[in-house]
Amino acid sequence: MHTANFRPLDVAAIRQDFPIFATEPPLAFLDSAASAQTPQPVVAAMDAYYDTYRSNIHRGIYRISEEATAQYERAREKVAKLINAPRARQIVFTRNTTEAINLVAYSWGSANIGEGDEIVLTVMEHHSNLVPWQMLAQRTGATLRFVEITDEGLLNFAHFRELLNEKTKLVAVTHVSNVLGTVNPLQSIIDAAHAVGAKVVVDAAQSVPHFRVDVQQLDCDFLAFSGHKMCGPTGIGVLYGKLPLLEEMPPFLGGGSMIRTVERDVSTYADVPAKFEAGTPSIAEAIGLGYAVDFITQAGLEAIHVHTQELLKYAHQRLQEIDGIVLYGPEPHQKAGVLSFNVEDIHPHDIAGILDMHGVAIRGGHHCAQPLMKKLDVIATARASFYLYNTLEDVERLHKGLRKAQELMLRRSRTVASTALRGENR
Amino acid sequence: MNIYQEELLDHYENPSNYGTLPNPDISHEEDNPLCGDRIRIDLGVEDGIIKKVRFSGHGCTISLAAASMLTEEIAGKSLAEVKQLSRDDILEMIGIPLGPVRVKCALLPLKVLKAGAYGITAWPGEEDA
Ligand SMILES: Cc1ncc(COP(=O)(O)O)c(C=O)c1O
Repeated sequence: MHTANFRPLDVAAIRQDFPIFATEPPLAFLDSAASAQTPQPVVAAMDAYYDTYRSNIHRGIYRISEEATAQYERAREKVAKLINAPRARQIVFTRNTTEAINLVAYSWGSANIGEGDEIVLTVMEHHSNLVPWQMLAQRTGATLRFVEITDEGLLNFAHFRELLNEKTKLVAVTHVSNVLGTVNPLQSIIDAAHAVGAKVVVDAAQSVPHFRVDVQQLDCDFLAFSGHKMCGPTGIGVLYGKLPLLEEMPPFLGGGSMIRTVERDVSTYADVPAKFEAGTPSIAEAIGLGYAVDFITQAGLEAIHVHTQELLKYAHQRLQEIDGIVLYGPEPHQKAGVLSFNVEDIHPHDIAGILDMHGVAIRGGHHCAQPLMKKLDVIATARASFYLYNTLEDVERLHKGLRKAQELMLRRSRTVASTALRGENR
Repeated sequence: MNIYQEELLDHYENPSNYGTLPNPDISHEEDNPLCGDRIRIDLGVEDGIIKKVRFSGHGCTISLAAASMLTEEIAGKSLAEVKQLSRDDILEMIGIPLGPVRVKCALLPLKVLKAGAYGITAWPGEEDA
């Protein structure tokens, strides 16, 4: 099953690089899908920038500025290699996934989407892969169409096919749902979209941190992800695009660095990627992201996936033992990294609050996916997510904490039914 | 001190004034965009005095307990007096320190009350922001 050089994770050694886990008992951090912890080598790389070669990039004609520029561009190469982009130039640094998607919506979208065109999304999109398209549709008169999910929480592929037609100009889809954990059949989605001449934007915020994503094999047109969910710092994200598309697209933000020449009334623009990186970028953060790429590739993406699958499977099994629990999404092997659930009669905020008292950090809320909450007919869910530093013991503590929450909250029968499980439609 | 102590849990489990009024003089409902919790408050008002109050909706311990405490607090008081209730008054009623997310849970009932009774749409404590 595994590739020849597969090496399982040495979780104990990995945890040594995360000072946040040094307490006793250690923090059971089960919210990496929101933002992962940052390992010491990444912090050290950013410190080295600040301590030894802090300067702006591109323009300085002195040694440390050249060093900063080289490190910034080195990070771009590392990211390109991670997702197998043909050229480093196809990597545009942004603040995060959200900004990367907005860049496409404003720049490519405004130039290529018009009245009567259709944009196909799924009901499981994060707001960051939904709202920019709503705004584009409102500007242009295009229509949004939504692919539904099956009862198991998988993308309804037959429905997706039905929605595709010659008016479909764009398909914007998440690779992995941040609520259900569902891994979507991206290759088939892209092939079917291309067959009707549509472009495809992939929200890879939850996939790139967890397994190997190959943009050439997928043949996606755009792909976006965030550094902070893959052991990198906040403030840095990535947009990958096919080169001809990026070259044709008008700039997004105007300003310094993105120009070639500027006259009073007109400017000419720099080449890709500088055209899309107006102003001083997040230099330390880009460098940090490069080291985060090193960190997760040294651990091994395949090993990370195997490890988080094991945790996910174990969590499914343990949590199913809890009375009144509902697990959302498909079976563990069809998921990556996240497990959403509700415990009958306990609001997800209360679940998260009580777990916090026991040193377990999970998320409770709508996870920026309100249309999906509505579809699931819930107000909110609790969500545990797993990454390379998590252990079976973390899952045990989650299980124990949920039992404690039930002891505390379900002591007597309530006069008013709690309702996290009861949505608007019921 | 933890946020799951007896007094709050009592309010949560057996809230005061839970329900709706058949012909409320004022009825308003809002949700907390952070979590989708939803609270409705119905008031029966005579001569500027809150004669009847009911709340309904769904939420976590904090938002439901805060609604229960708030309705106890305002029953029988004048609208003018109730208008003075502030963010700090609510946090004092709750009586335990809350993080910023849970503060919103605690303030949702007061926000609903103020929007319904006085048309004040800001979050309590952020009126001037
Ligand atoms: C699937 C998905 N898309 C997009 C985002 C947005 O990422 P960011 O907030 O870094 O822009 C997230 C993060 O919450 C996510 O899980």
